Amino acid sequence: MLAVITVTGKDTVGVLAKVSGECAEMGANIIDVSQTVMQGLFAMIMMVDIDHINCDFTEMVDRLDALGQGMGYVIHTMHEDIFNAMHKI
Amino acid sequence: MINTSDILETISMIQDENLDIRTVTMGISLLDCADADIHVSCEKIYRKITEKAARLVPVCEQIEKEYGIPIINKRISVTPIAMLVGVSGGDPVEYALTLERAAAAVGVNFIGGFSALVQRGFSAGDRELIEAIPEALSRTDHICASVNVGSTKAGINLDAVEIMGRMVRKAAEITKDRECIGASKLVVLCNAPENNPFMAGAFHGVGEPDTVIHVGVSGPGVVRSALARSGKGKSITEIADLIKRTAFKITRMGQLVGTLASERLGMPFGIVDLSLAPTPAVGDSVAHILEEIGLVQCGAAGTTAALALLNDAVKKGGVMASSMVGGLSGAFIPVSEDAGMIEAARSGALCIEKLEAMTSVCSVGLDMIIIPGDTTAEVISGIIADEAAIGMINSKTTAVRVIPAIGKQAGEELNFGGLLGYGPIMKVNTLSPSEFIHRGGQIPAPIQALRN
Repeated sequence: MLAVITVTGKDTVGVLAKVSGECAEMGANIIDVSQTVMQGLFAMIMMVDIDHINCDFTEMVDRLDALGQGMGYVIHTMHEDIFNAMHKI
Repeated sequence: MINTSDILETISMIQDENLDIRTVTMGISLLDCADADIHVSCEKIYRKITEKAARLVPVCEQIEKEYGIPIINKRISVTPIAMLVGVSGGDPVEYALTLERAAAAVGVNFIGGFSALVQRGFSAGDRELIEAIPEALSRTDHICASVNVGSTKAGINLDAVEIMGRMVRKAAEITKDRECIGASKLVVLCNAPENNPFMAGAFHGVGEPDTVIHVGVSGPGVVRSALARSGKGKSITEIADLIKRTAFKITRMGQLVGTLASERLGMPFGIVDLSLAPTPAVGDSVAHILEEIGLVQCGAAGTTAALALLNDAVKKGGVMASSMVGGLSGAFIPVSEDAGMIEAARSGALCIEKLEAMTSVCSVGLDMIIIPGDTTAEVISGIIADEAAIGMINSKTTAVRVIPAIGKQAGEELNFGGLLGYGPIMKVNTLSPSEFIHRGGQIPAPIQALRN
């Protein structure tokens, strides 16, 4: 199963490192990352494999949310099925 | 692989455009709870609801978190309580208090089903329940009542229409120190669907399984934003197409949540109700969609046509996105729950007669309309009869949920708080239909009923 993590906020040093560090700690395997900086706004989308995470998925959502708040970023973590349902027939 | 722009679109729909699941509603049959002793009956009801719905709220909260979709309401609909009153006799208010206790125990926002179906006449328990509605609603906070007074197949029960005019007034009168809130939880229906997840008209029909999960989607904000973004200079045909595409996406989300909830709760998935349900929040208004289509304000000439298009496009887009569509499915136009409708009613652009015309092309009916406190029961009955006639002839659901603002006059306002919203008192025609209403009897089923 995959989850989609989106990170948005003002561009600073080390955002990718912090988010991927947190993912590694929970055992979420990053399989794709795309990121861009537009007019100082940092936006990143990560696909992670959550089959082997060492905590509940809901806990992962909370931890990443808290991490985002600590850094002044908005982090959404959502199960991939919502995107598949809405955008694929 | 999922496309980046699709991901961002979904997130901005949820984040900025108020996309949400309006309700996950668990239907629970109470037929096996009926007992000749009302206390035993109530006890069985409490046990069945608290057992079946124990995990409803936690499961929904888990889905909200995992998928990042807000689920605003968790609700329960039950077998029309009049059927149980028919078996047990006794004071129907006891059932309402039992449901209220059960609602508190499982943490749901509403339980619907303090209801009677009397489109063809009254059977045991029906009159008792109807007469008890005002008191039941005044002594509970989470119970919704509905009465079906007509259908295309049966015609309209004018005796019931007469009683309901009085009950709507009474429900407002005995809660007049609480913004007449009683009447906001009471709806009078024609062609009531048996699988409706939306309040106040939700009840669990007798043809439904023992328990079932229904989902009601929302998303007026998403449709409006889509039109604002890419509707400029487009023909009305292209606008219809844009609404269809958006409705498809919204409904797919409803289908996903419904499937997940029914799997996790171990009960069958009923239907997705494809309704554009507004809230008083800015950016979540059906009236604003109509304005985005090109009206200066909701209520202007052209409103009915724009609404007809919107309602139809929502269904066409939604129906392919879900394997089971049902309930009310269409655009809602509750005045006090829609920021754009409130503005239009305040400015005088929108009047009750225009709303009546609008109800003939959308789901559902005259909904959440605050009327002057001195409106007589006969006038309310007349409004109910008119609305039921529109439903009966057009083979669609119609409803009346008007709130007489006791002690107040046109121009003043009521504020119910929360999703029920607030709004100005709207003028009604005060000429009395008394003689018509008091004739009693049955308006015969129309020729449209003979389809076999």
